[in-house]
Amino acid sequence: MHELALCQALIAEVEVVARRHRAHGVSAVRLVLGPLSGAEPALLQSAFPLAVAGTGLEGAILSIDPAPLRVACDSCGAESEATPNRLVCTACGDWHTRILSGDELTITGVELILEQSPATQGSMEDSAASHV
Amino acid sequence: MPVLKKLLERNDSVAAHNRAHFDAHAVLALDLMSAPGAGKTALLEATIDALRGELRMAVIEGDLETENDARRIRAKGVPAVQITTGGACHLDAHMVHEALHGLSLEGVDILFIENVGNLVCPASFDLGQHRDVALLSVTEGDDKPAKYPILFRAADVVVLSKADLLPYVGDFEPARAERCLRELANAAPLVTLSARSGAGMRAWLDWLRSELSARRMRAASTRLTIQPLSAAQPPV
Repeated sequence: MHELALCQALIAEVEVVARRHRAHGVSAVRLVLGPLSGAEPALLQSAFPLAVAGTGLEGAILSIDPAPLRVACDSCGAESEATPNRLVCTACGDWHTRILSGDELTITGVELILEQSPATQGSMEDSAASHV
Repeated sequence: MPVLKKLLERNDSVAAHNRAHFDAHAVLALDLMSAPGAGKTALLEATIDALRGELRMAVIEGDLETENDARRIRAKGVPAVQITTGGACHLDAHMVHEALHGLSLEGVDILFIENVGNLVCPASFDLGQHRDVALLSVTEGDDKPAKYPILFRAADVVVLSKADLLPYVGDFEPARAERCLRELANAAPLVTLSARSGAGMRAWLDWLRSELSARRMRAASTRLTIQPLSAAQPPV
Protein backbone atom coordinates (compact mmCIF):
# COMPACT_ATOMS: atom_id res chain seq x y z
CA MET A 1 0.00 0.00 0.00
CA HIS A 2 2.15 2.81 -1.32
CA GLU A 3 -0.74 5.09 -2.28
CA LEU A 4 -0.03 7.34 0.70
CA ALA A 5 3.54 7.79 -0.57
CA LEU A 6 2.13 8.59 -4.02
CA CYS A 7 -0.21 11.17 -2.49
CA GLN A 8 2.72 12.78 -0.71
CA ALA A 9 4.60 12.96 -4.01
CA LEU A 10 1.50 14.43 -5.63
CA ILE A 11 1.23 17.10 -2.92
CA ALA A 12 4.89 18.05 -3.37
CA GLU A 13 4.49 18.47 -7.14
CA VAL A 14 1.24 20.42 -6.91
CA GLU A 15 2.59 22.70 -4.19
CA VAL A 16 5.42 23.69 -6.54
CA VAL A 17 2.86 24.74 -9.16
CA ALA A 18 0.75 26.54 -6.56
CA ARG A 19 3.73 28.45 -5.18
CA ARG A 20 4.85 29.46 -8.64
CA HIS A 21 1.45 31.07 -9.20
CA ARG A 22 1.25 32.49 -5.67
CA ALA A 23 -2.00 30.58 -5.23
CA HIS A 24 -3.82 30.68 -1.89
CA GLY A 25 -4.96 27.13 -2.24
CA VAL A 26 -5.76 24.29 -4.58
CA SER A 27 -9.36 23.34 -5.29
CA ALA A 28 -8.88 20.39 -7.65
CA VAL A 29 -6.24 18.06 -9.02
CA ARG A 30 -6.61 15.88 -12.11
CA LEU A 31 -4.58 12.74 -12.76
CA VAL A 32 -4.29 10.29 -15.60
CA LEU A 33 -3.69 6.78 -14.35
CA GLY A 34 -2.93 3.73 -16.45
CA PRO A 35 -3.62 0.14 -15.33
CA LEU A 36 0.17 -0.49 -15.37
CA SER A 37 1.01 2.56 -13.26
CA GLY A 38 1.08 0.53 -10.07
CA ALA A 39 -1.42 2.87 -8.42
CA GLU A 40 -4.94 1.83 -7.55
CA PRO A 41 -7.48 4.62 -8.23
CA ALA A 42 -9.77 3.68 -5.33
CA LEU A 43 -6.88 3.51 -2.86
CA LEU A 44 -5.50 6.83 -4.10
CA GLN A 45 -8.95 8.39 -3.64
CA SER A 46 -9.20 7.15 -0.07
CA ALA A 47 -5.64 8.12 0.84
CA PHE A 48 -5.91 11.59 -0.71
CA PRO A 49 -8.04 13.39 1.95
CA LEU A 50 -5.79 12.01 4.72
CA ALA A 51 -2.61 13.01 2.92
CA VAL A 52 -3.71 16.56 2.06
CA ALA A 53 -4.91 17.47 5.56
CA GLY A 54 -2.89 20.43 6.76
CA THR A 55 -1.28 21.04 3.35
CA GLY A 56 -1.99 23.63 0.66
CA LEU A 57 -4.20 21.03 -1.00
CA GLU A 58 -6.59 20.61 1.92
CA GLY A 59 -10.14 20.42 0.62
CA ALA A 60 -9.08 19.81 -2.97
CA ILE A 61 -11.02 17.39 -5.13
CA LEU A 62 -9.07 14.61 -6.80
CA SER A 63 -10.32 13.38 -10.14
CA ILE A 64 -8.71 10.42 -11.87
CA ASP A 65 -8.99 9.75 -15.59
CA PRO A 66 -8.22 6.12 -16.46
CA ALA A 67 -5.86 5.63 -19.40
CA PRO A 68 -6.56 2.76 -21.77
CA LEU A 69 -4.06 -0.09 -21.96
CA ARG A 70 -2.91 -0.41 -25.56
CA VAL A 71 -0.01 -2.24 -27.16
CA ALA A 72 1.61 -2.18 -30.59
CA CYS A 73 2.85 -5.46 -32.04
CA ASP A 74 6.47 -5.63 -33.20
CA SER A 75 5.67 -8.61 -35.42
CA CYS A 76 2.54 -7.60 -37.35
CA GLY A 77 2.31 -3.91 -36.50
CA ALA A 78 -1.28 -4.11 -35.22
CA GLU A 79 -2.41 -2.02 -32.27
CA SER A 80 -4.69 -3.65 -29.76
CA GLU A 81 -6.27 -3.38 -26.33
CA ALA A 82 -4.59 -5.43 -23.63
CA THR A 83 -4.99 -6.37 -20.00
CA PRO A 84 -2.25 -5.89 -17.37
CA ASN A 85 -1.22 -9.54 -17.32
CA ARG A 86 -1.78 -10.26 -21.00
CA LEU A 87 0.09 -7.77 -23.15
CA VAL A 88 0.00 -9.94 -26.24
CA CYS A 89 -1.15 -8.82 -29.68
CA THR A 90 -4.81 -9.74 -30.17
CA ALA A 91 -4.34 -9.77 -33.96
CA CYS A 92 -1.51 -12.32 -34.28
CA GLY A 93 -0.98 -13.56 -30.73
CA ASP A 94 2.70 -12.58 -30.54
CA TRP A 95 4.01 -11.31 -27.20
CA HIS A 96 6.66 -9.05 -28.73
CA THR A 97 4.72 -5.86 -28.12
CA ARG A 98 5.34 -2.34 -26.88
CA ILE A 99 3.11 -0.35 -24.53
CA LEU A 100 1.41 2.57 -26.30
CA SER A 101 -0.51 3.75 -23.27
CA GLY A 102 -1.43 2.37 -19.87
CA ASP A 103 1.57 3.07 -17.65
CA GLU A 104 0.78 6.75 -17.03
CA LEU A 105 0.95 8.24 -13.56
CA THR A 106 0.65 11.86 -14.55
CA ILE A 107 -0.72 15.09 -13.16
CA THR A 108 -2.65 16.68 -16.01
CA GLY A 109 -4.38 19.62 -14.34
CA VAL A 110 -4.73 21.67 -11.19
CA GLU A 111 -7.29 24.29 -10.20
CA LEU A 112 -5.69 26.99 -8.13
CA ILE A 113 -7.37 29.45 -5.79
CA LEU A 114 -5.71 32.67 -6.87
CA GLU A 115 -7.91 35.19 -4.99
CA GLN A 116 -8.40 35.15 -1.24
CA SER A 117 -12.06 34.35 -1.99
CA PRO A 118 -14.09 33.17 -3.76
CA ALA A 119 -12.39 30.16 -5.36
CA THR A 120 -11.40 30.89 -8.93
CA GLN A 121 -9.98 28.79 -11.65
CA GLY A 122 -6.61 29.53 -13.21
CA SER A 123 -7.16 31.79 -16.22
CA MET A 124 -6.17 30.85 -19.74
CA GLU A 125 -3.30 33.35 -19.66
CA ASP A 126 -2.01 31.65 -16.53
CA SER A 127 -2.21 28.21 -18.04
CA ALA A 128 -0.52 29.29 -21.24
CA ALA A 129 2.33 30.74 -19.24
CA SER A 130 2.64 27.84 -16.86
CA HIS A 131 2.88 24.71 -18.95
CA VAL A 132 5.31 22.53 -17.11
CA MET B 1 -5.03 24.84 -15.57
CA PRO B 2 -3.36 22.15 -17.60
CA VAL B 3 -0.17 20.73 -16.16
CA LEU B 4 1.87 17.81 -17.42
CA LYS B 5 3.98 16.36 -14.69
CA LYS B 6 4.96 12.89 -13.69
CA LEU B 7 3.58 12.28 -10.25
CA LEU B 8 6.86 10.74 -9.09
CA GLU B 9 8.98 13.46 -10.69
CA ARG B 10 10.82 14.21 -7.46
CA ASN B 11 11.63 10.55 -6.80
CA ASP B 12 12.69 10.13 -10.41
CA SER B 13 15.03 13.11 -10.30
CA VAL B 14 16.72 11.77 -7.15
CA ALA B 15 16.90 8.39 -8.89
CA ALA B 16 18.61 10.05 -11.86
CA HIS B 17 21.05 11.65 -9.42
CA ASN B 18 21.77 8.24 -7.85
CA ARG B 19 22.29 6.76 -11.32
CA ALA B 20 24.74 9.52 -12.23
CA HIS B 21 26.60 8.74 -9.01
CA PHE B 22 26.75 5.03 -9.94
CA ASP B 23 27.90 5.89 -13.46
CA ALA B 24 30.61 8.22 -12.17
CA HIS B 25 32.01 5.28 -10.21
CA ALA B 26 31.46 2.80 -13.08
CA VAL B 27 29.24 0.74 -10.76
CA LEU B 28 26.52 -1.56 -12.03
CA ALA B 29 23.51 -1.04 -9.73
CA LEU B 30 20.88 -3.78 -9.46
CA ASP B 31 17.52 -3.69 -7.68
CA LEU B 32 16.59 -7.09 -6.26
CA MET B 33 12.87 -7.52 -5.81
CA SER B 34 10.74 -10.44 -4.70
CA ALA B 35 8.15 -11.57 -2.20
CA PRO B 36 9.47 -11.88 1.37
CA GLY B 37 11.43 -15.09 1.81
CA ALA B 38 12.16 -15.80 -1.85
CA GLY B 39 15.85 -15.95 -1.06
CA LYS B 40 17.27 -12.56 -2.04
CA THR B 41 19.83 -12.48 0.77
CA ALA B 42 20.77 -16.13 0.24
CA LEU B 43 21.36 -15.41 -3.46
CA LEU B 44 23.58 -12.47 -2.51
CA GLU B 45 25.57 -14.62 -0.08
CA ALA B 46 26.13 -17.29 -2.73
CA THR B 47 27.02 -14.62 -5.31
CA ILE B 48 29.56 -13.03 -2.98
CA ASP B 49 31.18 -16.43 -2.36
CA ALA B 50 31.28 -17.21 -6.07
CA LEU B 51 32.71 -13.87 -7.20
CA ARG B 52 35.14 -13.32 -4.35
CA GLY B 53 38.47 -12.21 -5.78
CA GLU B 54 36.90 -11.50 -9.17
CA LEU B 55 34.52 -8.61 -8.55
CA ARG B 56 34.03 -6.16 -5.71
CA MET B 57 30.51 -5.85 -4.42
CA ALA B 58 28.52 -3.69 -2.04
CA VAL B 59 24.99 -4.09 -0.77
CA ILE B 60 22.17 -1.82 0.35
CA GLU B 61 19.61 -3.77 2.35
CA GLY B 62 15.99 -2.68 2.73
CA ASP B 63 13.77 -4.06 5.45
CA LEU B 64 11.02 -2.75 7.67
CA GLU B 65 13.07 -3.57 10.76
CA THR B 66 16.35 -5.20 11.87
CA GLU B 67 19.96 -5.13 10.68
CA ASN B 68 19.93 -8.91 10.21
CA ASP B 69 20.41 -8.97 6.44
CA ALA B 70 23.20 -6.38 6.44
CA ARG B 71 24.92 -8.42 9.16
CA ARG B 72 24.74 -11.55 7.00
CA ILE B 73 26.36 -9.66 4.10
CA ARG B 74 29.06 -8.07 6.29
CA ALA B 75 29.88 -11.50 7.66
CA LYS B 76 30.95 -12.32 4.10
CA GLY B 77 33.35 -9.38 4.11
CA VAL B 78 31.26 -7.16 1.85
CA PRO B 79 30.25 -3.63 2.87
CA ALA B 80 26.52 -3.33 3.53
CA VAL B 81 24.23 -0.51 4.63
CA GLN B 82 20.89 -1.39 6.15
CA ILE B 83 17.91 0.84 5.48
CA THR B 84 15.11 0.21 7.94
CA THR B 85 12.00 1.73 6.45
CA GLY B 86 9.86 1.56 9.59
CA GLY B 87 6.43 1.07 8.10
CA ALA B 88 7.25 1.72 4.47
CA CYS B 89 6.68 -1.20 2.15
CA HIS B 90 9.31 -0.22 -0.44
CA LEU B 91 12.55 1.65 -0.92
CA ASP B 92 12.49 4.99 -2.71
CA ALA B 93 15.23 7.01 -4.36
CA HIS B 94 15.65 9.32 -1.34
CA MET B 95 16.31 6.40 1.01
CA VAL B 96 18.92 4.99 -1.35
CA HIS B 97 20.49 8.43 -1.69
CA GLU B 98 20.79 8.65 2.09
CA ALA B 99 22.26 5.16 2.26
CA LEU B 100 24.87 6.06 -0.34
CA HIS B 101 26.28 8.63 2.09
CA GLY B 102 27.26 5.73 4.31
CA LEU B 103 28.73 3.57 1.56
CA SER B 104 31.89 4.15 -0.45
CA LEU B 105 31.56 3.09 -4.07
CA GLU B 106 35.30 3.46 -4.65
CA GLY B 107 36.49 0.35 -6.49
CA VAL B 108 33.06 -1.31 -6.33
CA ASP B 109 31.95 -3.21 -9.44
CA ILE B 110 28.39 -4.18 -8.55
CA LEU B 111 26.02 -2.61 -6.05
CA PHE B 112 23.09 -4.79 -5.07
CA ILE B 113 20.08 -2.99 -3.66
CA GLU B 114 17.93 -5.55 -1.90
CA ASN B 115 14.47 -4.08 -1.84
CA VAL B 116 11.85 -4.72 0.83
CA GLY B 117 10.20 -8.08 0.23
CA ASN B 118 7.07 -7.05 -1.65
CA LEU B 119 5.85 -7.70 -5.20
CA VAL B 120 3.67 -4.59 -5.45
CA CYS B 121 5.08 -1.30 -4.23
CA PRO B 122 8.80 -1.54 -5.15
CA ALA B 123 7.81 -1.65 -8.83
CA SER B 124 6.60 1.95 -8.71
CA PHE B 125 9.77 3.61 -7.43
CA ASP B 126 12.90 4.08 -9.51
CA LEU B 127 15.94 3.95 -7.24
CA GLY B 128 18.52 4.79 -9.88
CA GLN B 129 19.39 1.16 -10.57
CA HIS B 130 20.48 0.06 -14.03
CA ARG B 131 18.72 -3.29 -13.99
CA ASP B 132 15.79 -4.93 -12.20
CA VAL B 133 16.19 -8.45 -10.86
CA ALA B 134 13.01 -10.29 -9.87
CA LEU B 135 13.19 -13.47 -7.81
CA LEU B 136 10.46 -16.06 -7.79
CA SER B 137 11.02 -19.03 -5.52
CA VAL B 138 9.64 -22.38 -6.59
CA THR B 139 7.75 -22.66 -3.31
CA GLU B 140 5.51 -19.84 -4.57
CA GLY B 141 3.02 -20.15 -7.42
CA ASP B 142 4.38 -20.39 -10.95
CA ASP B 143 1.70 -17.90 -12.04
CA LYS B 144 3.12 -15.07 -9.91
CA PRO B 145 4.16 -13.04 -12.99
CA ALA B 146 0.49 -12.98 -14.04
CA LYS B 147 -0.59 -11.95 -10.54
CA TYR B 148 2.01 -9.19 -10.15
CA PRO B 149 2.43 -8.01 -13.74
CA ILE B 150 3.80 -4.56 -13.03
CA LEU B 151 6.88 -5.81 -11.23
CA PHE B 152 7.56 -8.79 -13.49
CA ARG B 153 6.95 -6.80 -16.67
CA ALA B 154 9.87 -4.53 -15.78
CA ALA B 155 12.28 -7.29 -14.73
CA ASP B 156 15.51 -7.53 -16.75
CA VAL B 157 16.18 -11.02 -15.43
CA VAL B 158 13.91 -13.39 -13.52
CA VAL B 159 15.55 -15.81 -11.10
CA LEU B 160 13.62 -18.96 -10.21
CA SER B 161 15.17 -19.57 -6.80
CA LYS B 162 15.25 -22.56 -4.43
CA ALA B 163 15.30 -24.86 -7.46
CA ASP B 164 16.67 -27.65 -5.25
CA LEU B 165 13.12 -27.86 -3.85
CA LEU B 166 11.48 -28.40 -7.26
CA PRO B 167 11.18 -32.19 -6.86
CA TYR B 168 9.43 -31.71 -3.49
CA VAL B 169 6.93 -28.96 -4.35
CA GLY B 170 5.68 -30.88 -7.37
CA ASP B 171 3.29 -28.34 -8.86
CA PHE B 172 5.66 -25.53 -9.83
CA GLU B 173 6.26 -25.62 -13.58
CA PRO B 174 9.11 -23.38 -14.72
CA ALA B 175 7.62 -23.47 -18.25
CA ARG B 176 4.37 -22.00 -16.92
CA ALA B 177 6.25 -19.25 -15.09
CA GLU B 178 8.02 -18.45 -18.34
CA ARG B 179 4.76 -18.38 -20.29
CA CYS B 180 3.27 -15.94 -17.77
CA LEU B 181 6.38 -13.76 -18.12
CA ARG B 182 6.24 -13.74 -21.94
CA GLU B 183 2.56 -12.76 -21.84
CA LEU B 184 3.79 -9.57 -20.14
CA ALA B 185 5.77 -8.87 -23.33
CA ASN B 186 8.96 -9.44 -21.35
CA ALA B 187 11.86 -11.16 -23.12
CA ALA B 188 14.03 -11.23 -19.98
CA PRO B 189 16.11 -14.35 -19.41
CA LEU B 190 14.85 -16.84 -16.83
CA VAL B 191 17.52 -18.35 -14.63
CA THR B 192 16.64 -21.41 -12.56
CA LEU B 193 19.05 -21.85 -9.67
CA SER B 194 19.61 -22.93 -6.13
CA ALA B 195 21.75 -20.67 -3.99
CA ARG B 196 22.04 -23.50 -1.49
CA SER B 197 23.25 -26.27 -3.83
CA GLY B 198 24.91 -23.96 -6.34
CA ALA B 199 23.06 -25.56 -9.26
CA GLY B 200 22.33 -23.03 -12.00
CA MET B 201 24.46 -20.31 -10.38
CA ARG B 202 26.73 -20.14 -13.43
CA ALA B 203 24.00 -18.64 -15.67
CA TRP B 204 23.28 -15.98 -13.03
CA LEU B 205 26.96 -15.13 -12.62
CA ASP B 206 27.38 -14.95 -16.40
CA TRP B 207 24.42 -12.57 -16.60
CA LEU B 208 26.06 -10.36 -13.97
CA ARG B 209 29.39 -10.39 -15.83
CA SER B 210 27.81 -9.57 -19.18
CA GLU B 211 25.73 -6.74 -17.69
CA LEU B 212 28.82 -5.33 -16.00
CA SER B 213 30.89 -5.37 -19.18
CA ALA B 214 28.00 -3.88 -21.20
CA ARG B 215 27.68 -1.11 -18.61
CA ARG B 216 31.41 -0.40 -18.75
CA MET B 217 31.43 -0.24 -22.53
CA ARG B 218 28.49 2.14 -22.46
CA ALA B 219 30.18 4.25 -19.77
CA ALA B 220 33.40 4.39 -21.79
CA SER B 221 31.64 5.48 -24.98
CA THR B 222 29.54 8.05 -23.12
CA ARG B 223 32.62 9.50 -21.48
CA LEU B 224 34.32 9.83 -24.85
CA THR B 225 31.38 11.66 -26.37
CA ILE B 226 30.38 13.97 -23.52
CA GLN B 227 33.77 14.89 -22.13
CA PRO B 228 34.38 17.93 -24.37
CA LEU B 229 30.98 19.40 -23.47
CA SER B 230 31.23 18.83 -19.73
CA ALA B 231 34.89 19.85 -19.43
CA ALA B 232 33.86 23.14 -17.84
CA GLN B 233 31.82 21.41 -15.14
CA PRO B 234 33.36 20.19 -11.90
CA PRO B 235 33.66 16.41 -11.66
CA VAL B 236 30.69 14.64 -10.10
